[in-house]
Amino acid sequence: MPIFIDRRLNPKDKSLGNRQRFIRRARNELKRSIREQVRSGKIADVDAEHTVSMPANGTSEPSFSDARDSGQRRHVLPGNKRFVPGDRLPRPAPGMPRSGPGLKEMEDDFRFVLSREEVLDLFFEDLELPDLVKVNLKEILAFKPRRAGFTATGSPTSINVGRTMRNSHGRRIALKRPKPEDIEAIAREIATLEKSTPSVAARERIAALKAELDRLERRRRLIAYVDPVDIRYNRFDAQPVPNANAVMFCLMDVSGSMGEREKDMAKRFFVLLHLFLKRRYDATEIVFIRHTHQAQEVDEETFFYSTQSGGTVVSTALEEMRRIIGERYPSSEWNIYAAQASDGDNFATDSERCIALLDGEIMRLCQYFAYVEIIDERESHIFGSTENGTSLWHAYEAVSAQWPNFQMSRIATPADIYPVFRQLFTRQPDAHNG
Amino acid sequence: MTRPAARSELLFSGSDWDFRLLSQVYDAIEAIAVEDLHLDVYPVQMEIISSEQMLDAYSSVGMPLMYRHWSFGKHFLHQELLYRKGGRGLAYELVINSNPCIVYLMEENTMALQALVTAHAALGHNHFFKNNHLFRQWTDASSILSYLDFAKRYIAQCEERHGLAEVEAILDAAHALMDQGVFRYHRPPKLTSEQRREEIRERLEYEEQSYNDLWRTLPASKHGTNDEPDDSTTERKETLNLPEENLLYFLEKNSLILEPWQREILRIVRVIAQYFYPQRQTQVMNEGCATFVHYTLMNTLFDRGMIGEGAMLEILKNHSNVVFQPGFDDPRFSGINPYALGLDMMRDIQRIATKPTTEDRDWFPDIAGSGDWREVLLDAWANHRDESFIRQYLSPTLIRKWRFFVLADTADEPFYEVASIHNERGYEKVRSALADSYDIGATRPNIQVVDVDLLGDRQLRLQHKIKDGIVLEETGCDATLRHVRKLWGYDVSLAGVDMDTGLTVYERTASQIGD
Repeated sequence: MPIFIDRRLNPKDKSLGNRQRFIRRARNELKRSIREQVRSGKIADVDAEHTVSMPANGTSEPSFSDARDSGQRRHVLPGNKRFVPGDRLPRPAPGMPRSGPGLKEMEDDFRFVLSREEVLDLFFEDLELPDLVKVNLKEILAFKPRRAGFTATGSPTSINVGRTMRNSHGRRIALKRPKPEDIEAIAREIATLEKSTPSVAARERIAALKAELDRLERRRRLIAYVDPVDIRYNRFDAQPVPNANAVMFCLMDVSGSMGEREKDMAKRFFVLLHLFLKRRYDATEIVFIRHTHQAQEVDEETFFYSTQSGGTVVSTALEEMRRIIGERYPSSEWNIYAAQASDGDNFATDSERCIALLDGEIMRLCQYFAYVEIIDERESHIFGSTENGTSLWHAYEAVSAQWPNFQMSRIATPADIYPVFRQLFTRQPDAHNG
Repeated sequence: MTRPAARSELLFSGSDWDFRLLSQVYDAIEAIAVEDLHLDVYPVQMEIISSEQMLDAYSSVGMPLMYRHWSFGKHFLHQELLYRKGGRGLAYELVINSNPCIVYLMEENTMALQALVTAHAALGHNHFFKNNHLFRQWTDASSILSYLDFAKRYIAQCEERHGLAEVEAILDAAHALMDQGVFRYHRPPKLTSEQRREEIRERLEYEEQSYNDLWRTLPASKHGTNDEPDDSTTERKETLNLPEENLLYFLEKNSLILEPWQREILRIVRVIAQYFYPQRQTQVMNEGCATFVHYTLMNTLFDRGMIGEGAMLEILKNHSNVVFQPGFDDPRFSGINPYALGLDMMRDIQRIATKPTTEDRDWFPDIAGSGDWREVLLDAWANHRDESFIRQYLSPTLIRKWRFFVLADTADEPFYEVASIHNERGYEKVRSALADSYDIGATRPNIQVVDVDLLGDRQLRLQHKIKDGIVLEETGCDATLRHVRKLWGYDVSLAGVDMDTGLTVYERTASQIGD
């Protein structure tokens, strides 16, 4: 009869470690391949599985093997129907698949699927919200239990058996609790004496033994095997977990001056930002504010997918942001980030007001403010390098000069989005230590 | 064929299985296997696994435990892709040459399939592992699992201590040399110094006894000095035990730059390569043996009325899928199916032993008509590998049945030529060509360490013996040489020497290749 072992409930993903090693090895090429795909496809598609082809570099497994196109060899094949010795068969053209009889196809030539998590990990590698831990956080919200020695009181679930038994053992030795072997030995002696011929000496001996046995039994009953004083519990300390509260404000212009193309690009930028935040920071809150000539806070769905039109007053959005910060996100407790996308159009006199708002209040509250301007493709060569620009751009340049944590950039084509995004959020090693 | 008996004697009915039923079926099958086929097996441990676990097992070369390496991840992706696209079904079972013999059964299998798999793996493969001389000589079934456990833990520890990248570099290099990391022959045991002195004394004694003064008068040979290699070269070759076919062994023992843990990793890879070496030499025999056993056992069970007709039909359908062999011009052709060839040869031996034709009597005088096919098969299973088995037992009947033909392939000619077919003149040639194609010594490049001057430039000299003009594939060769250099630490050269002419065809050194 064989031994049976049911392995079906064993932990899955036994080869996960191998997969991770493989992806790490192919990391650079996979990253390039994913970025290429994202650049050409829709940004929102980042948030899904990706099929990539087997990277050629770094994942081949070389060995000494025979070159197929040299020497003489003999193949033995089954299923001859009409050949006689001396017949000649044309050699298939080189480069054809299965260039020889019975050749196996190469294992290296295949495509495989990366999971959504792996794609995002590769995609957002090296990116970081700048200065997330700069603000000293007073408020501590989460506690995590941590082992801290032993205690004499506690809940039964956290009994430490090893400790308890060690104490019990020590106590039993100290109080000389009779061992079961001793009691058994006496009982056995009594039994043998009782079986043998009764004599005076034997009777006396039996009486003495019985008294001793009695004493031992009593003692054993008195001294418990495990006494409540022995019991020890694992002690847990509640360890505070520093909680980095962060909130991200997404500001987008949805006014009439933003054409479909501009809106689409802005949305793409925010989708990317949204994914990045979701990926990197579990606890980051995101506030969506869209504005025309008036601003309102909306939910994610409305922000990305619903349409609205009107004039353009950028300052309304900034005011709304200031209001929300005042109401819900006191800057002493929150790291505040903001990203704004616009086509640069603004109501003529409003730019001054924007500067005033930013300079006066918002930049002091914010850790980081990123401004992305969506420009026409035809204008990109004009604006790309020079100081020319829209009124808002000019206004913001003044802010940028004054505040190091204000960044601005221009996007002309969808292909720019990712590079600009990287530029804005590239991890800055030890840039602002202190 | 006897009619199946009453229903009550059936081992099982329906497709559901449970552990009690599996156990009963195993016992019934084992009883027949032992009394009827005289099989001799390790105790069996059956493990039920899911399809995902089967894929996991595939990627770690079929072993239940394996150290971690990215290449296994790559293989897993490939297998998974094939499986998901339906390009390849998963095996119904996986069997490991260990003691107790571990058989993996898939949970999706029906009871009929489990019975088939039990006969195939738990008895057929198991018997082969226990009795074939290659496995007995080269693998230690009782210790392989604990060794793999050690290897896995050791490499994980190395990764912790020295970093993933360091360990990966060594494993990459070792994997590249896995084919050159096996001993093909047992070596004579090393002599102790006392035995060596004894040997020298005996030789001197012999020379004294057979002394003939006439030899002294012979004129010295003209190239006498040239023929005798430099004394110091001979000596250092002797101390290093060169030439050495096992590259991994040589590097492990003699590399000047490796640290102890790196040597241990080379050793682990080498031991695993050696463990699999017999399996690669006995594909046809191993699968043939298992297939023959399950075919015979299942028919016996059916004849005795122990399995029903429905189950038998299912078993036969799976059996015929396994032994399917399309012709060379069929789009489904992907080489010779070892299951089919093995089974056919073994059934052919059965036929020759019981109902031989005149031709068989000519070809196999010692077994034809002997009647005892069990004995012949047990002997073949124990003492042959694929190459020798085919060379000895492939009969003209079978060559005709398979319509084998030999295609000569000379690289620089624009055509293949049909060299031999299944006719009177061709049988011998077909048979030996087929046997050659299973000779693992001939089909893998023959590369040896021939020389290294440890006191000089320390260049490791490898030699590739070129047979039939087949040279090495260049990119793979260069990349592998780089790996060798990584392990050796100094320059490495590879010279291709034609076995027929003795001329050096090419020479590459790692320093020329660069990184």
